[in-house]
Amino acid sequence: MAGYFNELFSGTKSLAIGLRITIKECFKPVVTLQYPHESLVMTPRYRGHIELVGDAETGETKCIVCGMCQRACPSGCITVKGEKREGVKGKVLTVYQLDFTKCSLCGQCVESCKPGAIDFSHEYNLASTRKEDFIFDLVKRLKDKS
Amino acid sequence: MTLLAESQLHETFELNLGPQHPATHGVLRVKLTMDGEYIVKAEPVLGYIHRMHEKMGENRTWAQFMANVGRMDYLSAMSFNHGYVALVERAMGIEVPERAEYLRVITVELNRIQSHLLWWGAFVLDLGGFSPLLYAFDDREQILDLLETVTGSRLTYSYFRFGGLYNDIDENFVDGARAFIKRLRSRIPMYHDLVTYNIILMTRLKGVGPISAEMCRKYGATGPVLRGSGIQFDIRKNEPYSVYPEFDFDIPVYHEGDCMARYMVRMDEMEQSMRIIEQALDKLPDGPVKAKKVPKLIKPPIGDYYHAVEAARGTFSIRVVSNKTNKPYRMKLRSPTFSNLSLFEEASEGMLLADALALMGSLDLVIPEIDR
Repeated sequence: MAGYFNELFSGTKSLAIGLRITIKECFKPVVTLQYPHESLVMTPRYRGHIELVGDAETGETKCIVCGMCQRACPSGCITVKGEKREGVKGKVLTVYQLDFTKCSLCGQCVESCKPGAIDFSHEYNLASTRKEDFIFDLVKRLKDKS
Repeated sequence: MTLLAESQLHETFELNLGPQHPATHGVLRVKLTMDGEYIVKAEPVLGYIHRMHEKMGENRTWAQFMANVGRMDYLSAMSFNHGYVALVERAMGIEVPERAEYLRVITVELNRIQSHLLWWGAFVLDLGGFSPLLYAFDDREQILDLLETVTGSRLTYSYFRFGGLYNDIDENFVDGARAFIKRLRSRIPMYHDLVTYNIILMTRLKGVGPISAEMCRKYGATGPVLRGSGIQFDIRKNEPYSVYPEFDFDIPVYHEGDCMARYMVRMDEMEQSMRIIEQALDKLPDGPVKAKKVPKLIKPPIGDYYHAVEAARGTFSIRVVSNKTNKPYRMKLRSPTFSNLSLFEEASEGMLLADALALMGSLDLVIPEIDR
């Protein structure tokens, strides 16, 4: 009988301690964010999908079509193509395609890029139901931006 | 057990726990042979998310494999990355600057706390308590934010490089880490009041799912499972790597071997990790974060290399054979929870189903790491 009352007492005490914490927490400020209505700004180092960086003055791409990023990528999601044009030194970038469905955001491409032509974007609202939406034409994106 | 022995003649039935089940935290299937509410035999069935990481390692360059390691155990990706870079550095004979080693330890320990916090929430969730998960996530989010500002990623960091780090910390990191430790220190007594000393939790965990030291040795269990069974073994102390020997910390050990012991080991480990981080922040030297003499083409000399680290769930080790090409010749990965899960079959024999789920939760399973 004594055991029964002991258990009853310790059980009620344990419940009261738990409730005290819960009630205290009720009066603390809200820590969550109401996502579609508010959203976070990503930190400067956030690794989103890659993007071509425009030259500060001309807005043109810094890419020299060396293909290092393509070779560094573990998943083979980058396709770079360029052509020779008269009067221009080196190659001119024509196609820079990123297959984001395969990308694992490891950052090997950005690190391998000597001229600093690619960088991470800060976009993260990328949900879609179509696969084609994740195959980015980065040359077009750069043009649209500038 | 007596009940089970008496009912041996009774009819048994088979029950599938998983592949998708809230208590299995991933795609793990456990084929249970049940005698009423009692387990006669529990057979884990693996392979639902096998991705051939070992074979992938042999098909990509040394640097390219980096992203894979973090994806095995997404909760302690930092420790796994550490194991891999340390292995390649050992093979190549690369000296890592001291600042980089300190920052590695700080981030790995933050990652360990983060992993234990998630385990704590999920484990209590398995036992039927929902709200502790939200408290744990509140604190865990602080760590993720801190690591995100430095590494740019929240789970699969890929922050380490052969010979150092991807980039140096920003000016807010040290203060942020200190503020977080202060915050968590004030929260842990609340965790104990809310959960550890809760009478329902104690009754559900004390004496439930005993795992003996012999069983741990037999199956090669490591990490908190081993330390909850009374064996003081931690790679950080037993085979010191990086700058761990410079810090003063204890290895928590409990001798009961039950779910409560494993629970307490993890709770104490968070405190020890905080001690390590504090010391590392105090001693943090200045200097570069990347070694100068890292060859562009990684081609380790012909040989057989091995490195082990203490991840949040136990010993993670890699063995590679190099034939001096830009890709490993053979790669063998040893992940902790694969061994920890192996003992489940023997340990759960004769247990009530609900208790076996408590046991499974206390093993802290991460399925992608079991399947690899």
